[in-house]
Formats: sequence, C-alpha cells, structure tokens
Amino acid sequence: MAASPHTLSSRLLTGWGGGCIWYLERRVTRESPRRFLHLLRNVNQQWVTFQHFNFLRHMYVTQLNRSLKQQIKPKPEPAESPFLEKTSLDEAKAEICEMRPLVPPSLSLSRKPSEKALIEPEPTSVIEGSIDLGKETKEEKQWKEMKLRVDDLPGILARLSKIKLTGDSSPPEPPEKPLDENKVKNTALVVSTTSAGFALAPAPFDWSCFLLTFVGTGLASCAANSINQFFEVPFDSNMNRTKNRPLVRGQISPLLAVSFATCCAVPGVALLTWGVNPLTGALGLFNIFLYTCCYTPLKRVSIANTWVGAVVGAIPPVMGWTAATGSLDAGACLLGGILYSWQFPHFNALSWGLREDYSRGGYCMMSVTHPALCRRVALRHCLALLAMCVAAPALDVTTWTFPVIALPINLYISYLGFRFYRDADRKSSRKLFFCSLWHLPLLLLLMLTCKRRAGEEGTGAPQS
Amino acid sequence: TLPCDARVRRAAMAPRRPAKRLVTALCRAFSGRGCQLAPKRGAERRDAAPSRVSRFCPPRKSRHDWIGPPDKYSNLRPIHFYIPENESPLEQKLRELRQETQEWNQQFWADQNLTFHKEKEEFVRSRLKAKGLDLRTASGQKATLNAEEMAEFYKEFLSKNFQKHMYYNRDWYKRNFAITFFMGKVALERIWNKLRPKQKKTSS
Repeated sequence: MAASPHTLSSRLLTGWGGGCIWYLERRVTRESPRRFLHLLRNVNQQWVTFQHFNFLRHMYVTQLNRSLKQQIKPKPEPAESPFLEKTSLDEAKAEICEMRPLVPPSLSLSRKPSEKALIEPEPTSVIEGSIDLGKETKEEKQWKEMKLRVDDLPGILARLSKIKLTGDSSPPEPPEKPLDENKVKNTALVVSTTSAGFALAPAPFDWSCFLLTFVGTGLASCAANSINQFFEVPFDSNMNRTKNRPLVRGQISPLLAVSFATCCAVPGVALLTWGVNPLTGALGLFNIFLYTCCYTPLKRVSIANTWVGAVVGAIPPVMGWTAATGSLDAGACLLGGILYSWQFPHFNALSWGLREDYSRGGYCMMSVTHPALCRRVALRHCLALLAMCVAAPALDVTTWTFPVIALPINLYISYLGFRFYRDADRKSSRKLFFCSLWHLPLLLLLMLTCKRRAGEEGTGAPQS
Repeated sequence: TLPCDARVRRAAMAPRRPAKRLVTALCRAFSGRGCQLAPKRGAERRDAAPSRVSRFCPPRKSRHDWIGPPDKYSNLRPIHFYIPENESPLEQKLRELRQETQEWNQQFWADQNLTFHKEKEEFVRSRLKAKGLDLRTASGQKATLNAEEMAEFYKEFLSKNFQKHMYYNRDWYKRNFAITFFMGKVALERIWNKLRPKQKKTSS
C-alpha cells in the first residue's frame, strides 16, 4: 500500500475491513467528488446517515491520527433529499433490513463493499467537517421535548395569565431595552386598579367583599390574557417582546390554554356575580368578551383597537367601585374615565418604538398608520387627565386637596405629552411611557389619601 | 420480522405522502442517539420561501412531540410530531392538520419576513440615493435612515399587505379553532379508551 494519508484509515481497520476501505479510498480519490455528503457525526452521535449509505460508494470521510481531513462539503444539495424520498418502498425496506444488524456501535461493514460499505467511527474519533455541522448540532440541542412537567405548570400558567408586573424573561436586547407591554396588560395591574376602585368607593370597607372581588377579577383577567395569547401565537412569535410566551415556546398546548382560561373565567365570573353582585359579574364578563373577542382581533383590522383597549383598561376600577357600592354612579364613571385617559399616553408612547414590528406583523396601530393622530391623542388625554382630577372633588370622590397635590405630576405628564407631540422621536416617546408607569399608581395613591370621608361637607353629589 | 418492518408497513399504508411517512419511519428505526433524517417540509419543496431543513430526529424512547428553536426566516418554532404505535384515525387527522398548519404558517411568515426585509432594503437604498448619500457611512457601517423616514415605509408596507393579512387572520383563526377542537376530541377519546377496559373488567 502506498504511504499516503488516505491509507491511514486502513491501518486503523485491519484485515479484510481495512482492505475494503482502502479499495474505496482509491476509488474516491480518483473520482472527483460531484455530490456532497453529510459527514459522520462525532462521538455522541455515532450514526451514519441513511444518505451516506447510498453515496458511500462514491465517497466518505476518513480520520487521520492528528488532523481532520476535510474532503467533502457537509451540507447535502437539495437534490439529494428528493432522491431519498423517491426511493421505492421495497428498496428502502431491503436497505433497512441490511442496516439493522449494524445497529450496535461497533466497527462493522456490510457484506457488499462495492455497494454498501458502512463505516462506523471509532469511539475516540471525531469526525466533523465544518462549522455548519457544529451549528446543526447546537441547533439540535435546542429542540425540547413537549412534555408537560407538573412542577413547571404554575410558572407557565402565571406567564400565560400575565400575572407578574415585570413580564416574561426576554433575552437582552441591544441597544435599548424594549418597552415591555406586559408591564401594563397584566393581572397584577388589573387587580390593583380594581382594588383602588373598591377602596375609593364611598362605602365602608368590607374585607370579605374585597377579597371576593380581588379573586374574581384576578381570575377573569387570567382568563382573558390566556385567550389573548391563544389567539396570537404566530404573531407573538414574530415580535421580540412576546416571543418567550408559553404557547409560542410550546410549553403548553392550545387546548390546555383554553381549558385553563375556561377554568378561570367560569369561577371568576361566578364569584363576582354571586359572591359580590350581578352588576360586577356582568362587567367582568363583558370585559373578558371585549378584550378577547373585540380588542384582540381588532388589533389586526383597524386602529379603533386602541380605543377599545382603553375601555378594557377602564372597566376594572369601575368593577371595584360597583363591588363596594352596588351601583354605577358618577364616581365610578370618573374613575373609569381617568383610567381610560391614562391608557392613551401610555400605549401610544409604547407603540411608537414598535412601529417596525407592528408593520411587519400586520398590526393596525395609530403609530404606524396615523402618526400625527397618535401623538395628538396622547397629548389630548394627558390634558383630560388633568381636567378629570379637578372634577374628582366636584363629584365627591375626593377632597379639593387632591387636584392641588396631583397638579405637579399631571403637569409633568402633560409636558412630556407635549414634547412627544412636538418632537415625535423615540426619546420623547420613551420618556412619556416610563412616566406613565409611575404616574398612575401615584395618582391612585393620592386619590386614596384625599378620599372624601363619609359625613364630610361636599360641594358635589349629596351623601347617600 | 424486524420491528422496523412493521413500522415501514404502517407507513406504507398511510394514505398521503407515503414517501414522507417512510422517511419518518426510517428515522424512527434508526434513531438512537440522533439521526439525520428529517421529514422534509412540504413548504420547502413547493415554494421559493426558503427554510432550513431540520435534521433533528428525536430519541427513540421519546413518546412526545418535540419543539425546536425559532426558524431563521419565519420565527416560528417547528414541531416534530410523534406518531404513536396505536394512532387512531382521529389522532392521525389531528396530527396531519397540525403538520399542514405548521407548513402553511411557515410559508406565510417566511415569505412575509423576507419580503419585508427586501423591501426595507430597497427603500433605504432608494432614499439614500435620492439624498445623494453613500450606502455605507465613513466608518464602514451600513447607513440607515432615522425612524421618521422609516415610518413612511412602515405605513406603506402595512397598507400594502392589509388584504393579505385579512385572509391570513381569517384562516389562522379557523385553523386554530379546528386544531384545538380536535385536540379536545382526541383527549376525550383517550379518556374514554382508558375508562372502557376498566368498565369491561367490572362488568365481566
């Protein structure tokens, strides 16, 4: 045998086996490799592909003692797979049977070296042709079994319901941190605003009623968020913000998401209807319907979705109020109005930075289709917030101290709204968005501290 | 007979795409620590929208579906469906529907994303040219337009694809409901099958 590198392999395999390989090697080196072959795997995956199995008569890869020999490009041409698929059943069947005895990972060869020579690498050998192969191995490791583990379920369901304030754990984004919509549309915020509505209502604070409202609204919100995610899987996959959601990642099935939503909605609404009062129950059910059947589909049809979404956000505090008082009075409407107006500077500023994703994903948002309107509406509602804070004492919700102490923060958000309107850039939109995040809780807190106590003189509606 | 024969025979009896099923069966026959056969998705054969062929094959012992990393073009995660030995007709229908929906989704989004990027590049290039600027800045970086200039493109792209999205949305909602409905039916069927042998035992 010639002392060429190719024949090293024959030294690895002795005897008849080595001789066969040597024969093939000589054939290979003579023929110009026209077709490409996927390389043999490394130690962990010691299988020869079925594709090789047919092409080995033309070429194969050998491993030298010290260096890797890269004779063949790893990625097969597309022409190969159709070949594979067109293989007749019988032929393939015969080949499977032929292959079967070779399953044990030991060095072995078939009986017909000219047609079906098979090479199993030695355990210590590493045969890797290229970066592409490495990438594929890495890619394969990213495949996950879709098996639901009971331990993971609470966390998964929490993410499905958007319970947390901080949202999903998205990977870090260069260069700026993305505005996480989950910070707003989530169960924690919904129950907080409901609680605020309950607390602000002019009725003695009843703990049992409060807890029932809290739980009922929380369940309704979980249900609504789950259905929303159920509808939006392919869209969520395509947006950075939402691509780590449970349904997108396949952590749960759509059936489970719907079942969970039903299991939350039914007891939630029932609790509100029979545990609290029918009005609150009806509002809860209506809100679920509005969010899942109106807002979610409308996002892809018309910019009107923003207004519908604002109503969805406004209803929870109204529910809190009706839970406490049992009636839908002026104070409830005012509170709803404040939340409604707040949604606009908040969402419009958020959507300003997501225009590319919305455009690509097919979402109809003002920031994309009517940018001037987007900014105008944001500013308009900042000013409306100011006006409503003044109306609060007039409607006997709070004392007159409230609009005074709330004035600084209201002026600040209006100022940012104006800057956003004028500058229309990413910087001003982000400032407005982040301001809205602390503006709302602070405003509600101030309202609570300035709440009109029962028995106090007021200039507005008479005490009941 | 070898167990693999049975699998191949079952695959052969499948009404649609026998070759594809064969590949899946072969894949199962060989899989141990990984195999490089993968059922080639129909979308890749049919369309210009490219997609990497997944070479993934799940371990033999696994009796579940496997989900992969997001596709480079469509950002959707491909699912490798597990075919149980005793798959009922209903389960088969569900699996085929899911497989088909996956391919359809893959095709749509890969095409959508590629078109978006292509048109975006064209837009940037044409605008830079109109402004008389180079495609690359002094530092060698790719020149970009600011957000306000891009906004025009985003608006145009959205309105251009509006009708396409309408059709997609409608179909997506239908498929999603159908899949979930069948999942429910399959779940009920499985529960029923589990209960039935027990009933037979108690009655006899």
